[in-house]
Amino acid sequence: MSVLDVRSMQVRRGTRLVVAEATFTAGRGEIVALMGASGAGKTTILRAIAGLDPIASGTVSIPRPVGMVFQFHHLFANMSAHRNVWLAPVHVLKRPREEAERRAHELLVSLGVGDRASAMPHELSGGEAQRVAIARALAIEPRILLMDEPTASLDPARRGDLAATLRQLASEGRTIVIATHDTEFARACAHRALTVDGGRVHVVS
Amino acid sequence: MMSLRASTAVLFVCLMLASAASRAQDRPELRWGGDAEGGAPYVEADAADPSHVVGFDVDIAQLLASGLGRAPRFVQVGFTSIDAAAARGDFDVGLSGIEDTPARRARLAITIPYYEFREVMTVRSADKERYRTLADLRGHRVATLGATLAYDLLVDAEARDGIIPVTYEDDVHPYNDLVVGRVDAIVLDAILAERGVRRNSSLTNQAAVLAVGHYVGILSANQSALRDRMNVILRDAMRDGRLERILRRWNVWNEDQPRLYARVLSDPSQYPVPSSSLASSQPGTEGTAARRYLPALLRAAAITVVLSCLAMALAVIVGALIASGRIYGAAPVRMALTGYVEIVRGTPLLLQLFVLYFGLAAVVQLPAFLAALLGLGLNYAAYESEIYRGALEAIASGQLDAARTLGLSERQTFFLVRAPQAFRLALAPMTNDFVALLKDSSLVSVITVVELTKETSIFAANIGSWVIPGLMCGALYLAMSLPLARLARRIERGWRHG
Repeated sequence: MSVLDVRSMQVRRGTRLVVAEATFTAGRGEIVALMGASGAGKTTILRAIAGLDPIASGTVSIPRPVGMVFQFHHLFANMSAHRNVWLAPVHVLKRPREEAERRAHELLVSLGVGDRASAMPHELSGGEAQRVAIARALAIEPRILLMDEPTASLDPARRGDLAATLRQLASEGRTIVIATHDTEFARACAHRALTVDGGRVHVVS
Repeated sequence: MMSLRASTAVLFVCLMLASAASRAQDRPELRWGGDAEGGAPYVEADAADPSHVVGFDVDIAQLLASGLGRAPRFVQVGFTSIDAAAARGDFDVGLSGIEDTPARRARLAITIPYYEFREVMTVRSADKERYRTLADLRGHRVATLGATLAYDLLVDAEARDGIIPVTYEDDVHPYNDLVVGRVDAIVLDAILAERGVRRNSSLTNQAAVLAVGHYVGILSANQSALRDRMNVILRDAMRDGRLERILRRWNVWNEDQPRLYARVLSDPSQYPVPSSSLASSQPGTEGTAARRYLPALLRAAAITVVLSCLAMALAVIVGALIASGRIYGAAPVRMALTGYVEIVRGTPLLLQLFVLYFGLAAVVQLPAFLAALLGLGLNYAAYESEIYRGALEAIASGQLDAARTLGLSERQTFFLVRAPQAFRLALAPMTNDFVALLKDSSLVSVITVVELTKETSIFAANIGSWVIPGLMCGALYLAMSLPLARLARRIERGWRHG
């Protein structure tokens, strides 16, 4: 039973076909890596299945909400790490403020950045910002987490930590799709790797 | 107002230079200064040939020049700066309906008086019985020109009778505003009052004379020898009827003049008549004048602050609405708002103030303060909207993507993420604009709001020097703008750490 089901998806930017053919699935508790060189179309595939870019044809079946962690994190610059995490639970899920704040704090602690809760985004290191971004994505309780180039801002030691974190999240039943050109990282944490080349997705063993 | 006057003056000087060059004369020149904006019958541009000026002051300048064996040459000077220009020697003599005052006697060389005028009160004919004197006008607005004896008369009446003095820059708009009811009386000299009544049939001049004053020529203090020669020419012209002919030609001759001439001719002293009926109230030194004017300056500074703060608040609100409309609105809304911004930014604030206050008077009579507030606020709203639009568009698209994936609505994204970040970007240019608005607020004096700069120029004109008034005015503006800049820096810092 797949959680994510992408069939014959095409994405255009203007007249240019950026994603020519994408068909793949991801199951519950599965980590799927989309591999490929820069400009191959990985990020566009993630954005299209997250609903940020319109698809030209094909179908995408995905459970909402979708947790998305951007390559550059895009933490809201005008608020603390803590508020970044509880903002959507309060304003979108309509959770009581107190409960949302407590849960946000638990998420930050579980990701190892509990002591950075009151920091502003520009005060965080790349690794810290990524953890806050993961906490923010998890706070809306998504069944699926999409991550764009998650190792881009990490040193080698931190990559191992991240792989462990993603394994843990997957073991709790979340589906995770990562777009990366880091083969070593993909091998370390993904259950399955797909290559993206010229806007087409190929299955590799 | 200065800029309008300055450009008029530049135009005039160019025209005068051109015409002077075309009829190059060998005789030495008598450079005489006046304000052609002051209008007929004193000095005004000739309708048939705007490069010429006409009026009784023009004829008197001609009289003095030919007596001295010189050729007259007109120099355009703004009325409120005429004393300073005379003291500096920008021209040999100033003639433009200039009133004899103790301050002028103290700082300049002045000629014997060549005309005696009466200060009279003009009212709507319907109010002729109701408003007979200033004492009948408690709580009512009474108009006059700034920096005149009539203005001092009104300031005294403000303390004594509780009237509200309103000052104008010209002598046409007060009479129009009296007709439509924005003011309830005007105090000015009889020459202007009679012209005002001729133009507006629903107005009447009261017979009572509120004060008597005299017109004189003014020269730099070190020109007393030239002044004495001019006095001889003026006395000769009084004796042989040449002065009478000039004044008759301009319909300003009356029975007061022969009496004045008799007094002047029988008394050979430098000051044959008392300077004016208000002489006693004039202070002697700049120091005492500064103390006397300080309360008025502080009151004017308060008007500047209140007006600027309210206008800025209006500009921020309207500016934010325009910016949001231009980003989120439908095509016709965007087009209309773009049009508004371009029109407002592309035309002078001064013109907008004139249109709001005088231009719309036939349709809706805005009180002066409200018109000033709307004019400044709506003008600055156009500038603010461009700052906000730029700031909103500068917010990285990643921030908006993140908000969308979290499920925030467009509205929530705007208020929780986009606007707060944009506000931080906009804060520095907004502070700049607030300081600029504080200073631009001086323009509203053209629609009769007496704020700090206007009060200062009245003060300066009355004591005949800009030094002390200029320093006091500058200090007050700095005292207002420096804390603003500091406050903005604090908000900005707080934001960064919050």
